[in-house]
Amino acid sequence: MNPNKNTKEMICIVCPVGCHLQVTVDNDEVKVTGNRCPRGEEYAREEILAPKRVVTATCRLENEQHPRLPVKTDAPLPFEHINELLDRVYELSLPTPIKTGDILIEDFKGTGVNLVASRSIE
Amino acid sequence: MRTEQIDTLVIGGGAAGMSAAATVSAAGFTTALVEREDELGGVLLQCIHNGFGLHEFKEELTGPEYAERWVRNIESSEVKVFCGTTIMEMSLLEDGRKECFGYSPEYGVLKFVTKTVVLAMGCRERNRGNVMIPGTRPAGVYTAGLAQRLVNMNGYIPGKDVVIVGSGDIGLIMARRMQWVGSTVHAVVEIQPYPSGLTRNISQCLNDFKIPLYLSHVVSKIYGKERVEAVDITPLENGVPNHDKTFQITCDTLLLSVGLIPENELSKQVGIELNSLTNGPTVDSMLMTSIEGVFSAGNVLHVHDLVDFVSAEARLAGENVIEYLKGKRPERELSIKPGANIRYVNPTRINPDAESDIYMRPLVVSNNARIQLLVNGEVVKRQKKPHVQPSEMIKLKITPKIFQDIEITPDSKVEVTLQDEP
Repeated sequence: MNPNKNTKEMICIVCPVGCHLQVTVDNDEVKVTGNRCPRGEEYAREEILAPKRVVTATCRLENEQHPRLPVKTDAPLPFEHINELLDRVYELSLPTPIKTGDILIEDFKGTGVNLVASRSIE
Repeated sequence: MRTEQIDTLVIGGGAAGMSAAATVSAAGFTTALVEREDELGGVLLQCIHNGFGLHEFKEELTGPEYAERWVRNIESSEVKVFCGTTIMEMSLLEDGRKECFGYSPEYGVLKFVTKTVVLAMGCRERNRGNVMIPGTRPAGVYTAGLAQRLVNMNGYIPGKDVVIVGSGDIGLIMARRMQWVGSTVHAVVEIQPYPSGLTRNISQCLNDFKIPLYLSHVVSKIYGKERVEAVDITPLENGVPNHDKTFQITCDTLLLSVGLIPENELSKQVGIELNSLTNGPTVDSMLMTSIEGVFSAGNVLHVHDLVDFVSAEARLAGENVIEYLKGKRPERELSIKPGANIRYVNPTRINPDAESDIYMRPLVVSNNARIQLLVNGEVVKRQKKPHVQPSEMIKLKITPKIFQDIEITPDSKVEVTLQDEP
């Protein structure tokens, strides 16, 4: 048996049908079965090789009426960086005013992903 | 007492209220929008996750971003906004207008005399009492939405070791949120044999964190004197709890995501007829309630799963208010009822001479289904649905063409059914 070969099961989340996918990784080759459309294969490939998520959270705001500011990444962030990003978010304490889209952390860890404000506070 | 003489009073400044108010005001009618919180936006402000707006704005927004677009829209309109104001009473005047009393720290008692009203009060969460979980009554039992507000808006973390009851989307989203603020979610317990939230949320909010989902299980007891200390979890076998297989999880917090109830205290007070299937007002094809000139849209009418549908439905209510103020009424209406595998249909009356969307909720899960519209037992419209489940509302377009070639009378029975494709 090839030690680099393994099979994983996952449910496709691209659309509400939720196909049950079997994904086999054999060295660099990814094989997907169980998908009803090509989008399922693409999803499985990315989930196996480089899973990413949009991260949403809140950070501290120096404002009495609004103690928390909602924030988000402006693109999906590689999975392995999420916890480190959250630690950075919780260290932030920002003055107001702030506008939706304001960049709070730029190009996090060289991923090209920014953390932005997702609400304006006057 | 300050008195406002207006064409439309919109009660509730969330997604539905903002959409209805913006629509009516844009047609030149005087519109007031009343919100009990200190700012517009409603529950969207605490829903900091993304996934909103794909229909309305063709992009994926967070809740606060979605709300902000509508707030800008209201700010640039002629709508008179009254925040921090609660409408407590409504009565009918002899000339058909409505008199509504609002209370607010800023204005004191406010009186609105209005030709029309749009009810857009949203919904509230079912709580421990509604699902009757036995045990002690310690601190640490929260509804998921309240916990969401505490974490996302007030900056408090409700607990460290969490069990969630119900796999609705709010519960799933809160599972991820609690993990991301450093707490541990030990289990999600769902009474149904299938998850009630979206697959996407099961995958990204539970599987990403390896949180176990117990389907066909219930929380059968809560332990703890001052604070929650543990819960018992019992599997259901053929719908009956098997107490021999009960197991315990140590935790300090229990979050309940066990459904939403339309907020209709005001509707009841003024005597509006409610639909027992939706817990919202019974409405006709104009989304008008049993009281002339009082309309309803959004989660107060029936609980939606997409805010985009709330905005769209409220826009339709607003358009109907405009028609009503211009003195237009449908020439004829037919009642429509839920048939096989459909829990409810909204509205409960349709106008066969106009194009409109009706919303319904299925009772079953199917990956190969067909929606049928029947008039007096005869199929007049069929639509394939590649996937249906109770947590996803179905929208069906009604057009005058459907009724063109069939004989209809006011007594005609219109029914919508769902079955597997043959």
